Amino acid sequence: MIEAILEPFKYDFMIRSLVTAIASGTMLSLLGPFAVNRNMGFMADAMAHATLPIIAVGVFFGFSISELGVPASVLIAIFLGFIIKNTNIGEDTAIGIIFSSFFALGFVLISILDVTINLEDLLFGQILAVSTFDVFIVVGMCLVVLGTMIIFYKQLLFYSFDPIGAEVKGLNISFLNYLFMILLSVAIVASLQTVGIILVLSMLLIPAAASKLVTNTFNSSIRISIVFGVFSSVTGLYLSYFFNLPSGPSMSLVATSIFGLSFMISKIKRVKT
Amino acid sequence: MNSEQINTKKSRPTIVSDGACVELGNDLVLDDVTFSIDQGKKVAVVGPNGGGKSTLFNAIVGLLPLANGSIKIDGKNPQEAKSLISYVPQKDFMNRSFPITVNQVVGMGLVDKNTFFNSNNRESKNKISTSLKSVGLLDQIDTNINNLSGGQFQRVLIARALTQNAQIILLDEAFSAVDVGAQEDIMNIINKNDLDSKTILIATHDINNLEERFDEVLCLNRHCCAYGKPSEVLTEKVIEEMYGSHSAMFKNHTLNSHGETND
Repeated sequence: MIEAILEPFKYDFMIRSLVTAIASGTMLSLLGPFAVNRNMGFMADAMAHATLPIIAVGVFFGFSISELGVPASVLIAIFLGFIIKNTNIGEDTAIGIIFSSFFALGFVLISILDVTINLEDLLFGQILAVSTFDVFIVVGMCLVVLGTMIIFYKQLLFYSFDPIGAEVKGLNISFLNYLFMILLSVAIVASLQTVGIILVLSMLLIPAAASKLVTNTFNSSIRISIVFGVFSSVTGLYLSYFFNLPSGPSMSLVATSIFGLSFMISKIKRVKT
Repeated sequence: MNSEQINTKKSRPTIVSDGACVELGNDLVLDDVTFSIDQGKKVAVVGPNGGGKSTLFNAIVGLLPLANGSIKIDGKNPQEAKSLISYVPQKDFMNRSFPITVNQVVGMGLVDKNTFFNSNNRESKNKISTSLKSVGLLDQIDTNINNLSGGQFQRVLIARALTQNAQIILLDEAFSAVDVGAQEDIMNIINKNDLDSKTILIATHDINNLEERFDEVLCLNRHCCAYGKPSEVLTEKVIEEMYGSHSAMFKNHTLNSHGETND
């Protein structure tokens, strides 16, 4: 049994993948409960899709996706935040326009600039191909997200629950709004190689949604979400190795299975009470 | 609240509005609003929908700029007086689906822009417990807010204001979607001795029982129709000024008679 568990790690690429999976799983599922309870799923999806044109232009100029991570995240977060704040067409509509138009622009740029990007890897992730440099970037981003969330936890919680009350108390809600958007964007962009543009949402939302079903306090839902997220990433990686499955979709399906299980547990609990 | 209690309160002006005007777009939502509220008064802010009750609260806490006039809180501009005020906005503006505990909500009264990390020291825990005890919800400290009734939730928000130790508490629509018993609970808490020095403003649609519940009433319909003791200012003329054509609904309402007709 232990031999089977350790077997994949005879290979360096599997060690790199495992570290990346844990880092991605941790930061996405840490932010997930905030995103779920603030109904920011659509926003997160737009962030992921809006990376495509930036990646296309960046790759054209010789940068890797990892190198583009931080500037792309900040750019997307600030741009999305600005558009939403300064239009009166409704948040969902503004996000929808940005989501679809940026995704379309990305494909057009890939075609015009004739850049070599494996679209399937970008859309669904290819964690087995991460380099040592990629691992450092993802782990670095994970530590930044983790540290910032620990420092600003109370302020972000207050702002998320009662933005008006927080503003009256003197909290800088504009800063907190952009801070969370940037953290979310960083986590999403850093996880593109792990689960890809399409499936990153599953790792952000599903562990958080599952944790919400099995606990009724926010602090514990964050802890459980991280456990679910990391478990999904690592188990998905193992499944991918042993059964020769695509890694991103495997992780996503493990997370979905956990959600299904949590759903059943919550129903059984409700019936019993 | 009896007259003796009212008379013993200090009479230092704490909220002074002098010709305050607020514009939203091209709409003058508050026009030349003038009043002076003394420290420790419990004031009902009444008026029709769109009459400017929430706008006035937003102006008092500095969320909306004044187009003209001034509002002073203990002699300071609203922006400089944030620590003196605790504002409980309408429940609709809060994310009640957030699965947080009573303890966390009340603890928010201690959070400011210099609050970092997620630790509560003993002093903080004591303040939270004392506030919850004041509103009679200490036994619910670990309860998820989703499991509270509307009245209990309002009491939690009052506890948050107490934790902040604000001198002024503004409660916007504190009685909306709250049954009569819960309204009485809220009023009992507000009129408790330990809140005697605090100035409390409650925006409400309910103009019944104002004399029994409040020291003073501020009648708003975009301008200040009247301000003073409920028994003195809630005249038929003032009610008509506030509610216009709908004032007929209140025609036979007096402080001790609520709508009986002579037919």
